[in-house]
Amino acid sequence: MSFPWAKPYEPTHPLMKWMDEKLPIPRLVYNATGPGYPVPRNLNYFWNFGVLAGAALMIQIITGIVLAMHYAANAGVAFNSVEHIMRDVNAGWFIRYAHMNGASMFFIVVYLHIFRGLYYGSYKAPREMVWLLGVVIFLLMMATAFMGYVLPWGQMSFWGAQVITGFFSAIPLVGEPVRQWLLGGFVPDNATLNRFFSLHYLLPFVILGVIILHIWALHIPGSNNPTGIEVKDEQDTVPFHPYYTAKDGFGLGIFLLVFVALTFFSPNLLGHPDNYIPANSLSTPAHIVPEWYFLPFYAILKAFTFNFLWIDAKLWGVIAMFASIALLFFLPWLDSSPVKSSTYRPLYRIFFWILVVDVFLLGWCGMQPAEQPWVILSQIGAIYYFAHFLVILPIVSRIERPLPMPNSITEAVLAKHAPDTASGPAAA
Amino acid sequence: MASESELNAGIEDGVRRRDFINIAAVSFAGVGAVAVVLPLVNQMNPSADVLALSTTEIDISAIQPGQAIKTSWRKQPVFVRNLVAKEIAEAKAVPLGDLRDPETIDQRTKAGKENWLITLGVCTHLGCVPLGAAEGESRGDFGGYFCPCHGSHYDTAARIRKGPAPKNLVVPPYEFTSDTVVTIG
Amino acid sequence: MVRPLGFLVGLGFITALVLAIFTTPLSNEENVALSFHKHPRHLKLASDGLVPHWDKAQLQRGMQVYKEVCSACHSLNLVAFRNIEDLGYTEGQVKTFAKGFQVPSINPDTGEVATRDGAPSDHFPAPYLNEVAARAANNNALPPDLSLITKAREGGKNYVYSLLTGYQNPPANLPAELRPSTGLHYNPYFANLNLAMAKPLSDNQVTYADGTKASVDQMAKDVSAFLVWTAEPKLVTRVQVGWATFFFLLIFTVLAYLSYRNIWADKKH
Ligand code: HEM
Ligand code: FES
Repeated sequence: MSFPWAKPYEPTHPLMKWMDEKLPIPRLVYNATGPGYPVPRNLNYFWNFGVLAGAALMIQIITGIVLAMHYAANAGVAFNSVEHIMRDVNAGWFIRYAHMNGASMFFIVVYLHIFRGLYYGSYKAPREMVWLLGVVIFLLMMATAFMGYVLPWGQMSFWGAQVITGFFSAIPLVGEPVRQWLLGGFVPDNATLNRFFSLHYLLPFVILGVIILHIWALHIPGSNNPTGIEVKDEQDTVPFHPYYTAKDGFGLGIFLLVFVALTFFSPNLLGHPDNYIPANSLSTPAHIVPEWYFLPFYAILKAFTFNFLWIDAKLWGVIAMFASIALLFFLPWLDSSPVKSSTYRPLYRIFFWILVVDVFLLGWCGMQPAEQPWVILSQIGAIYYFAHFLVILPIVSRIERPLPMPNSITEAVLAKHAPDTASGPAAA
Repeated sequence: MASESELNAGIEDGVRRRDFINIAAVSFAGVGAVAVVLPLVNQMNPSADVLALSTTEIDISAIQPGQAIKTSWRKQPVFVRNLVAKEIAEAKAVPLGDLRDPETIDQRTKAGKENWLITLGVCTHLGCVPLGAAEGESRGDFGGYFCPCHGSHYDTAARIRKGPAPKNLVVPPYEFTSDTVVTIG
Repeated sequence: MVRPLGFLVGLGFITALVLAIFTTPLSNEENVALSFHKHPRHLKLASDGLVPHWDKAQLQRGMQVYKEVCSACHSLNLVAFRNIEDLGYTEGQVKTFAKGFQVPSINPDTGEVATRDGAPSDHFPAPYLNEVAARAANNNALPPDLSLITKAREGGKNYVYSLLTGYQNPPANLPAELRPSTGLHYNPYFANLNLAMAKPLSDNQVTYADGTKASVDQMAKDVSAFLVWTAEPKLVTRVQVGWATFFFLLIFTVLAYLSYRNIWADKKH
């Protein structure tokens, strides 16, 4: 909609004309995700994940509202109400498993979406605001998923709530009162469960609102693309509809196939057996682990075992864990290289892949007990994580010599299709 | 007929008075908003019925030397342990300077009842229940309690000795109502 | 401004971590118990895998074992008598089965606590009134509810089967502190090696109606199969619906792909 060649919305049907004068929602949709939004023609499959994240949110909202019709947020009956959904409610087992695995799918898709942004420099000017809003969505998702996981009131629900609200007790002086304020008691209990349910119902709609802002901010400069070169003229773009609606339809099919395989064939694969034991405030499971999507951050928390300066190990861990997410807010200014795409950044690309390995390493360590070699591996992993963003990235963006870049998106596309530059024998 | 300067003064006065009224109105709105926010924030604090569970009586007559029991106070686990002389001696032998959270065993027990170690069973790291109160559970490297969550070790006075926890296990307020009954809270 | 500050913050975290590395011992304390602990043995059931079905005869046998052996100590709170129609019983059989149980109720004349015959809508009654009673009767150990046990333990059905068949004399080289004290029983499949439940099954403890020989192994298999069903009665339906959904989506995805190629046919990208 920001490009002069964007197709204008011209309703022909009298009803649509009338609507356009009174409340131009069809115009909004047409210009946002319809033929009126010109998009770079060269997007690869990594650009599918934004739409898929939206689909995942819709799945969570719909299954969640249905679950809430049967779920009871009371510490005495919450566990059994979930089992009632699993056993007695018509198709209840399907809705519950879909919501449970939908949360995992949501995070898988969003993590791929985030790493796409890191690889192709989508966080850089002119899209800083898009990135910042994205990090806000990520934080809200984490809060929502954490509170949702408390709702079935199993052992992991309870001890997850205990450990995570325990982070706040690390705050000097006011820590314990803040924790009691969050819990509404001295341990997670009925008050906690009720407020978490209230917020778990609310936050997805807040996320929806921030997603709208995220897309609004995106539509001002338009989408980034694998070359990182900004759109120059009409040749560089195609209208969103039908080109990308078709491609996203195919992406959605793949996404749903994976989702269905998880939900129906192995619904507890990513869960933890202890959450099928009702919450017990007097006995901790032998081995507390959060949901898989929190593991890298949990590993960072556990990596700090030494009191350094006037801050004790516990507070270091908590600060570092929050900082590991908060630093994403500063990313657009930590990386000063004008080149966006890693395709033309030989040095950054290497560190990017080390970061990917590092996050997997941290995730693996997060799952392990506090024993060697996991402790030292998580310490090394955490060192690299902070070094990557706060030390390496600013330096690399200064000293790196980017590779020669094409002049435009179209030039890059045509070069890819020209037979003489094709790497294999005669490109199709 | 008023002179020009008199007129101006009147206007200035008027402006000031009107400014004041605007500022006062906005201030009142602000104070009002804060007054409404306070109860909205405060409602999340522990409610009266939660606070009411604040005292618990425990019969300790059946706990043999060397043994411990797990009960609960305000829904939090409480460890009551009957220390043997060797364990007390071990705790006394540690120089205070070696401790992360320096406290003597005498500060953590009642005079004349040094063998009764009564603490919350809530790890001061992130709140797991440490092992060591029930029979057969690991008591860690220092013979007290061991928290499996992130590996905190407590000694025979339930003081933190190793691992990420910053503080000793908390001694709740309690009193011996008789030789065999303790009231916590 | 962001970069120098970020650099300092980064340095702070890195220093704290480097110091942490140098102050954390690299060796673990030896965990002797771990070397005696055994991984569960695999139990193959008809309800496994991607084309599962219920072996109803086995489930019926398993329920018999639960009823005659396990139910003395373990509850099965989440299962109602009406549910056992899944195991191949008719409505009439379920009614008779339920009648065989006494469930808590209220005397309609006096309002006093009483019991009455079970009905299909009732759940399996628990052996103890409450947790305190259960602990008091079991040397302070609490027998867990079994409804979800095969989902609530690492290893699931394999674990339950292995535990039931895994009782043995402690090995000669077992250190003294790991030997079972009074009231505990050695079992290498149990996390602590010693558990409060005595060996519950012995050969021919039950007499199967279908004539199957009631060896310990057979009974352990049957009751594990039954507990897979109690933990997830919708398991077989779930996988069947899964296949239908999967194939439907597969066709959709192929069509969506063709449509995508079709629309992009004239655009190089
Ligand atoms: C951002 C979107 C959402 C995410 C990431 C999310 C995540 C989760 C997770 C991880 C659980 C625990 C699942 C389990 O282990 O059983 C859960 C439970 C639950 N959620 Fe959500 N949820 C979302 C949206 C919603 C919405 C909009 C509702 C509507 C009211 C809702 C209602 C529920 C209910 C009632 C439960 C408890 C039932 C159960 O445990 O299966 N959720 N959620
Ligand atoms: S909660 Fe005890 S060590 Fe972390």
